[in-house]
Amino acid sequence: MDSMKRFVADFGLPRIIITLYLFALFFAAPFVGVNLPASISDTMIRIGMNGIMVLALVPMIQSGCGLNFGLSLGVIAGLLGATISIEMGYVGAWGFVAAILISQAFGAVFGYGYGKLLNRVKGGEMMIATYVGFSSVMIMSIAWLILPFKDPTMIWGYGGTGLRTTISVEGFWRHILDDFLVIQIGENFKFPTGAILVFAAMSFLIWVFFHLKIGTAITAVGSNPTYARASGINIDRMRFVSVMMSTMLGALGIIVFQQSFGFIQLYEGPLYMAFPAVAAILIGGAGVNKATLTNVFIGAALYQGILTMTPSIFNAVLKVDMSDVIRIIVSNGMILYALTRKTKVAK
Amino acid sequence: MDSAEPILSLKGIGKSFYGNRVLADVSFDVGAGEIIGLVGENGAGKSTLMKILFGMPVISETGGFEGSIFFNGKEARFKTPFDALDAGIGMVHQEFSLIPGFTTTENILLNRESLNSSVLVDIFGPRISTLDRATMESRAKSAIDKLGVTLDPNMLIKEMPVGHKQFTEIARELCRENVKLIVLDEPTAVLTESEAEVLLSTLRLLASEGIAIIFISHRLREVVELCDRVVVLRDGHKIEDFPAKGSSTKQIASLMVGRSMEAQAKIDAASAARSTQSESDARETILSIENLWVDMPGETVRNVNLSVKKGEIFGIGGLAGQGKLGIPNGIMGLSPAGGSVILNGTPVPLNAPRAALERNMAFVSEDRRGVGLLLDEGIDWNIAFTAMQVQNKFLKPILGGLFLWRSDAAMSNLAEEYIKLLEIKCTGPGQRAGNLSGGNQQKVCLAKAFALRPDVLFVSEPTRGIDIGAKHLVLDTLKKYNSEYGTTIVMVSSELEELRSVCDRIAIVYEGRIEGILPHTAPIEDFGILMAGADRDEAPVALVGGN
Repeated sequence: MDSMKRFVADFGLPRIIITLYLFALFFAAPFVGVNLPASISDTMIRIGMNGIMVLALVPMIQSGCGLNFGLSLGVIAGLLGATISIEMGYVGAWGFVAAILISQAFGAVFGYGYGKLLNRVKGGEMMIATYVGFSSVMIMSIAWLILPFKDPTMIWGYGGTGLRTTISVEGFWRHILDDFLVIQIGENFKFPTGAILVFAAMSFLIWVFFHLKIGTAITAVGSNPTYARASGINIDRMRFVSVMMSTMLGALGIIVFQQSFGFIQLYEGPLYMAFPAVAAILIGGAGVNKATLTNVFIGAALYQGILTMTPSIFNAVLKVDMSDVIRIIVSNGMILYALTRKTKVAK
Repeated sequence: MDSAEPILSLKGIGKSFYGNRVLADVSFDVGAGEIIGLVGENGAGKSTLMKILFGMPVISETGGFEGSIFFNGKEARFKTPFDALDAGIGMVHQEFSLIPGFTTTENILLNRESLNSSVLVDIFGPRISTLDRATMESRAKSAIDKLGVTLDPNMLIKEMPVGHKQFTEIARELCRENVKLIVLDEPTAVLTESEAEVLLSTLRLLASEGIAIIFISHRLREVVELCDRVVVLRDGHKIEDFPAKGSSTKQIASLMVGRSMEAQAKIDAASAARSTQSESDARETILSIENLWVDMPGETVRNVNLSVKKGEIFGIGGLAGQGKLGIPNGIMGLSPAGGSVILNGTPVPLNAPRAALERNMAFVSEDRRGVGLLLDEGIDWNIAFTAMQVQNKFLKPILGGLFLWRSDAAMSNLAEEYIKLLEIKCTGPGQRAGNLSGGNQQKVCLAKAFALRPDVLFVSEPTRGIDIGAKHLVLDTLKKYNSEYGTTIVMVSSELEELRSVCDRIAIVYEGRIEGILPHTAPIEDFGILMAGADRDEAPVALVGGN
């Protein structure tokens, strides 16, 4: 009984309820006519799509900069990488690699400015980050219209200038990771080996980073900045490094997302990237200044699982197509829940 | 009222917080129109006694108190400060409890304003009545007049000089109709000498009108000058209760800091045992501090000049708020500082914690939870982190030294070693520092400093808030470390006895500068005088530095 209680206390009752709910959804699937293998496959694909963006939050949380609501900045770097790669005419693997390289360059530049900014607003990082996210998206909304892109697959059909709101990456690098070493079982189940492998590789790199001297210092800064300062750590530099990492990982994350999703979403698209990632890591049990890779994995799996399963089950039960309404209610409800429980770190 | 019958009488007051006794069997009387000076070192129990008298909720929350209080002839057991106010006890706090944006009058009469009545008030009740400003002003004026000072009733508090604020507070207490006793907690601490003079004459005036006053102060000269009787508290006991007339500051100081004879003998014996070690004056200077100023909130020091000899344990004492804590925090780069600090002949850059650590100095902060520990991390991290970051210990180079990999095993071993050495009670090296008791947390902080193998170790308030057993262990460890490794230790503490039992020489800080440096064998009265700021006219005792 005691070990049971401890488990509940460690894992968190809400997280247990969410997990049970997810299992209930999987269990109910066959009875309401939802294809279970397809659902599991969808969930895996979505984890692969979103995982790196959840991972991108870890460095800033660890350094005490809080939840990176300005992840949109990294996403914009990724969009620039993707569109410029297409403009330059690269296709296939080379196009994908070029997109990543260009996006990392932009991510470094944006992260530099963002990091300097956040070091000036200690204590109010999350608020400022939210506004950095909003304003950068709005500035880029103008930029997408006036930047001199020429590739006909990307610009508006009329007028001949300005990028479209959604750009298909089909014919460039659609599903390039999802289909790499893909494991196809039956008609409906597909395991996106490439995307999951990249997610795992990035997670491993983050794990290594936080076992290095510098990663240890960043963790201490997040845990108690005064202690870190008294131990001779340059707090601002550690925070700056973490913001750079977070932004660059965000840029990589959105490109992995796009290859799976099949489209580049410009204009207000990046606005809707930070919140789901934040919700996922919080549901995974992270706190505002402490996050582990376990938090990332559990969070991504729970959040994406519920987001995939809830609409399909409810649609099947209600016999009305409400999937988008339900998806929005569920995702925002989970963000709301996650933000209210951001204090205690679960194991 | 007959002066033979005391207005306030405390009988056998005792109090302990969580088994930690802070007051025992304190009894004294205060007669009408009498001024009592209440003196004692920090932690002697003065404020606890006043909290009990004033019915502060913290007392009943922690299990009430022993003994009884008779106020005005009746047994009084105030449940809240409001009861005490109603009974006629006023309290002037050390920190101003005034509203800066309100005028003198408004502050004096807060929540006791004179009101206009009108038809609306009859219908809707007193909440919507308007203020009768004219009456209020005259009421405030009469309270101010009682003080014998001039205050503008319409001046905003935030525009006032500090002295006027203090008078406003006293006026507020006086303005209650039935006030019979006023308690003043360090009222002169923030005042200039001339303002203090005015305040003292005001208090005499009030006493002549039959109001009893309890005056708490560290400025012993004022106590001797003002009070009728002096009550000395030490370690929660009432030591003496004697007429102020004819006593000297020196006498009071020695009563404040003095210890029982056998304790004294024990310390003297311990000192004698160490005297061989401390006699070698010929030792070289390891650290010299010149014209150091440190801007640490509440602990500012200006113009500190000191030199510490290699291998000695150097003590820095003084009352709270006089600036002793500023010295180590400034040298270690944690608070803004200026001046020159020279270690082994080369200057140490100030305002740079890393540079100080790289020069092989270490610091155990007085703020254990705020500065000293990573509360959310394990003991191993807490102990090893600083040494890892500054000296690259507990790291393994990988890929030919391109990266430095944290060795969790080495950290864990180190933690195990110190857990055994310092008897840290815990479940293992991985236990979160936040879950340890105060004493064990302090041991972790010491271990962190020891892991750096410093040449000079600053220890700030090493025994604050820890139990007796842990205290001994911490002090013994410091002594052992000093003799085994020859580490120079600079120990800052509010507890004079502790300094005298551990240190070779002790500097006393008063009002931001070094008032004097004494050997640990010096008589305790001399320390007391330095701590209370001495009468400057008297011959200074081994005065070094200063202005």
